[in-house]
Amino acid sequence: MTAAAPVVIEARELSRTYQLGRGPFRKTAEVKALVGASFVLERGHTLAVVGESGCGKSTLARVVTMIETPTAGSLVVDGMDVTAAHGESARVLRLAVQIVFQDPYGSLNPRQRVGQILEEPLVINTDQNAETRRAAAIEMLTRVGLRPEHYDRYPHMFSGGQRQRIAIARALMTRPKVLVLDEPVSALDVSIQAQVLNILTELQSEFGLAYLFISHDLSVVRHMADEVLVMYLGRPVEHATRDDIFAEPLHPYSRALLSATPVADPTARKERIRLKGELPSPLAPPPGCAFHPRCPFANERCRREVPALRIEGSPLAVACHGVREGRIPS
Amino acid sequence: MPLLEIENLTVEFATVNGRFKAVDEVSLTCDRGEILAIVGESGSGKSVSMLALMGLLPWTAKVTADRMSFDGTDLRGLSGRQRRRIVGKNMAMIFQEPMSSLNPCFTVGFQIGEALKVHLGLDRAERRKRTIELLDLVGIPAPEARLKAFPHQLSGGMSQRVMIAMALACKPKLLIADEPTTALDVTIQAQILDLLVDLQREQGMALVLITHDMGVVAETAERVQVQYAGQKVEEQPVAGLFDDPHHPYTAALLAALPERATSRRLPSIPGVVPGQFDRPSGCLFSPRCRYTTERCRERVPHRQGAMAGFALCHYPLVQGRPIGHPAPNRIANAAEEPA
Repeated sequence: MTAAAPVVIEARELSRTYQLGRGPFRKTAEVKALVGASFVLERGHTLAVVGESGCGKSTLARVVTMIETPTAGSLVVDGMDVTAAHGESARVLRLAVQIVFQDPYGSLNPRQRVGQILEEPLVINTDQNAETRRAAAIEMLTRVGLRPEHYDRYPHMFSGGQRQRIAIARALMTRPKVLVLDEPVSALDVSIQAQVLNILTELQSEFGLAYLFISHDLSVVRHMADEVLVMYLGRPVEHATRDDIFAEPLHPYSRALLSATPVADPTARKERIRLKGELPSPLAPPPGCAFHPRCPFANERCRREVPALRIEGSPLAVACHGVREGRIPS
Repeated sequence: MPLLEIENLTVEFATVNGRFKAVDEVSLTCDRGEILAIVGESGSGKSVSMLALMGLLPWTAKVTADRMSFDGTDLRGLSGRQRRRIVGKNMAMIFQEPMSSLNPCFTVGFQIGEALKVHLGLDRAERRKRTIELLDLVGIPAPEARLKAFPHQLSGGMSQRVMIAMALACKPKLLIADEPTTALDVTIQAQILDLLVDLQREQGMALVLITHDMGVVAETAERVQVQYAGQKVEEQPVAGLFDDPHHPYTAALLAALPERATSRRLPSIPGVVPGQFDRPSGCLFSPRCRYTTERCRERVPHRQGAMAGFALCHYPLVQGRPIGHPAPNRIANAAEEPA
C-alpha cells in the first residue's frame, strides 16, 4: 500500500441490525446482518468482500452506499462522517459512492432509453442543460465499450454483458470516487465476464476509482483485488492482502472456502477441507465464534467467547482463537 | 456397446418468428460408470439436448435424431407411456434449482416414495424403509424426522440432496445432473459434487454433468464435450482438454478464466453468442474467432478426427497453433497485441 493514496472510505465497527416482525403474539426477532466491519479503502484500490450467502456482504454494500444507515459504528466517506451528514451534505456524499448491482436484467428500467438511464443521475443532482448531459452520456457510453448510437435504444435490446456496461456507465455519470460492485459478473458467461472485468480494470486506472468488490467467486477476486475481507454470518473473520490470503489463509473458514473452490486444472491435486453442515440461521447464531459448529478445531473457548478480528499489538487481522493460540496446524 | 448413444440430435423450436434450432446435430455417447461433462455458455443447447432425451420438452419442440438409444432401447418411437417406464427408473435427472424442482405441497417422504410406488410397486412399509435409506445415503441427518418435512423447511443444499435421493430411488443406470450446484454456495457445492461422484462410483452409474463452470469440470469429469450455439465443437478426455484444447472456442474460453490469466488484462472473446436472427452462414464461431479466414465465413467446417478432439473447425489447434491455416504467423503476432 502506498502511503500517498488518499483514503476515500473509512469504516469503523459498522453494524446493521434488522428488526423482524413475527406476528402479533411473538416478540420481534433481531437479525444482526452486519457486525463490526472495519476497513480503509484508498483511491485506486480494490477491496474484495467474499463469503457465502447470508454473510452480510450485500448489507455491507448497502450501508456503504448509504442506502441503509448503520445501526452502530462510523462511516467516513471522503473525509466526512456519514452518520452526521444531513440534507445537502448527505446528498453530496451520495454522489461520491455509486453502486452496480448483480443482475443487469433487474437493475435497468425497461421503459427508459439508455440515454435517459444515464442522464437521470445528472438531472437529479446537477443543473447541467440537456446538451451537456447528452454529451456526457455519449462519452460515458464509448468509455464502457458501447457505441453512441446505443443512446436511443431500450435495455431489452442488449445482451447481459452490454447491460452490465450500461449499469457501470450509469454509476460513473456522477464521477464517484468509490464504486461498490455487488457481484458484478456472477450473472454473466465466462467470455462476457472477461470483457466486463477488463473494462472495470481500465476504468479504475483511468478515473482513479476505489472499488468495493463483492463476490463469491474467488478466482475473480484473486484477479481484481488488492485486499480481501472474508466474512461469515455477518462478521468479518479475516482481512489480509490478496497475496497473503491466497498463499496462506489463516482462518479455518477462509481455508475451507479456498479449498472448496473448484480449480480449472485437472492435474491440480490439492488437500481438501470439507466443511460439514450448513450455515446457521442468522436469527439464532451460535454463541461464541459463529463458525464453531462447522470448525474442526473448535474447543470450549470458541463456543463461549466471540473472537476479535484485530487485537492490539498483533499484526494479524483474523477472528480466531485457534490461530492466536497456535492450535491450528498450518 | 455404450449405455447412451445419441447421433445427430437436432431440436427445433417453433417460435412466433419461425424455427429456431436450439440443438444442431449433436452426437454423444456415455458408457456405463462414466462421468461425461457437457460444458457451454448460456444458449449452447446443453440443457435442451438432455431434456429432449428425457422427453421433457414442450410440444413446440421438434426433436429429430439419427439414433437415440439407451441401454439397447430405441427412444425415438416410444409412446409417452413406454417412455415413462424408463424415465425416472433407469434414467433420472436432477435440475439446477432445487428449491423450485420440489413440489411445495407434499412432504419430502411422499415425493421420494412416489417413484418407488410407480416404478417398483413397493408397499407403504417398504417405501418408508427405502426412503429413509435413501435420505441417509445422500447425507441428510435424522432421515426419519425429515420424512415429514416440506420443501420450504429445507435449505438449498438439503433440497438438492432430496432431489438426488429422488433420482437415485430406483438405482438408475444413468443420472443426468443439469447444473446441480449452480444455485448453491461454494462449500455446499463441494459437498454435493463429492456426494455425486461417490454415489456414481459406488453404484456404477453413468453420470452426465451439465455445467458452465470449468472448475467443476476439471475436478469431476472424465470426458468433456464442449458445446457452442447448439453445436458440439469439441470432445476430449478432461486432461487433454485443459492441456491442449483443439477448438479455438475452447481455447478462448479457458484463456478467459481469471485464474489462468497471465496479465492484468484478460484475453476476452469479443462479441456474443449468435441468436436466432444472426446465425452466421459458415462456422458459427467465425465472427468471434481469432483465426477466422474467408473459408470459415463461407463454408461450414467438417468434424475432425479423434486426434484433433473431434473439433468442428477448419483449422484445429494443436499446442495452440492452427493446423493448415494459411497464415499462422500473422495470427500469432496479432495475439500478442492488446485487443
